Amino acid sequence: MDPTAPAADVFDPALPWRRARSVALRPEPFGALVYHFGNRKLSFLKSKTLVTVVETLADHPSADATLVACGVPEAQRPAYVKALADLARSQMIEVRA
Amino acid sequence: MTAVVPQRPTGGRLVDQFEYGLDAPICLTWELTYACNLACVHCLSSSGRRDPRELSTAEAEGVIDELQRMQVFYVNVGGGEPTVRPDFWHLLDYAIGHDVGVKFSTNGVKLDRERAAQLAATDYVDVQISLDGATAEVNDRVRGTGSFATAVTALENLAEAGMKDFKVSVVVTRENVSQLDEFRALTDRYGAQLRITRLRPSGRGADVWDQLHPTQAQQRELYAWLLANGDRVLTGDSFFHLSAYGEALPGLNLCGAGRVVCLIDPVGDVYACPFAIHEQFLAGNVRGEGGFQRVWQQSDLFQELRSPQTGGACTKCAHFDACRGGCMAAKFFTGLPLDGPDPECVQGHGESALAARDLDLVTPRSHLDHSHTGPVRGQPTLLGMPAIPTRPTPAPPARICDESPLAGVPLG
Repeated sequence: MDPTAPAADVFDPALPWRRARSVALRPEPFGALVYHFGNRKLSFLKSKTLVTVVETLADHPSADATLVACGVPEAQRPAYVKALADLARSQMIEVRA
Repeated sequence: MTAVVPQRPTGGRLVDQFEYGLDAPICLTWELTYACNLACVHCLSSSGRRDPRELSTAEAEGVIDELQRMQVFYVNVGGGEPTVRPDFWHLLDYAIGHDVGVKFSTNGVKLDRERAAQLAATDYVDVQISLDGATAEVNDRVRGTGSFATAVTALENLAEAGMKDFKVSVVVTRENVSQLDEFRALTDRYGAQLRITRLRPSGRGADVWDQLHPTQAQQRELYAWLLANGDRVLTGDSFFHLSAYGEALPGLNLCGAGRVVCLIDPVGDVYACPFAIHEQFLAGNVRGEGGFQRVWQQSDLFQELRSPQTGGACTKCAHFDACRGGCMAAKFFTGLPLDGPDPECVQGHGESALAARDLDLVTPRSHLDHSHTGPVRGQPTLLGMPAIPTRPTPAPPARICDESPLAGVPLG
């Protein structure tokens, strides 16, 4: 674990994020399986849009901007922010320096 | 026969998605050899003697290459006793070097100080030591004289080497279910983690299942213990049949056979799960054209297993959503119908089903038996004194579909 990472229980969608470097995504029919080689945790992305969001976090200035760019409807944004917060907590995504 | 393949739903709970299978397994067990120095009475793979057809080093490397391509991020390696394969340490390094993490199960026979130090210095490797009693008396009766001492020495070596998060793996039986707190104290002493799994009537386990499987009262105690201690113990999701008591246990409450789980046996045969070494659950062989990937993704058997159960006695039960009918292998090897109750159904339907079996019923047996054919040093005494073995008294311990990768994952 990167000791300089911010407290993992705080997820700020205004910050720039990316898929953590030690994390791999495996495509699955329902979305993807997420594996962290460091802490050996496994998680799941339950929609293909969420997969695109996680994969493109690094291309946008913030998580919020990523959701907009991926066309996530306004009404679904809170659910996506919650999903990203869960991924941040398990270190699957990390803040870009 | 062409089965109508049901359509996978979009969205919904993960557990419902898992019923339709994944593109690659999450929990792959790979038994490297049928050879074992022990002769545990309940060995699920009837191990003991090496099979001459076992995969060569090059073939095993080929399987690892394929797992890497399929993004199978880790495997549970067992046997037999995997460490008696001369190329075991090489294959371990090869897997780790190809992004395939390894957890291996062992009785500890090869874990001297030097190996323990080597393991402690390696990332992506995890070890679990099999122990089926918290005392030598209880353990050695099923695993053989001296096996407790061997396991404890291995635990000492690992702890001394600074190895973190290694496991002690226990198959819960009628004789050790009262020792769960003792097991916990023992694992705490070495900084290890306790993992408990269910006894299946597979392999030689079928011979001792009547004698060793927990009673209904013990199952109730086990359930209470898991609810109270579940966050600190690993179970490989193997007790999901207990969820029908009321509260769901953490993890995947679903039979994962051929859906998220499978077994590659020492000769490269692919079975639906580690507890189902029987021709009926044999999907193919990694040596065949298309390798493991084709077997996983295209075999008729696995296609068939990847559909929700829609019929049978269990679907009418109020608890069906909790236990999903229980363990396929447990039903099969006790001669029960696969769409009916688990033999250990906590609602009591299993006992009635067992009692209703035809008296002439011959329960299915695996076509494979690698049990030692002669006496084994320190062989277990559960089945009587070993002077003249009534049955070849054989080998290794239950290797389970390991530590749950899903524990704590919200599957709602």
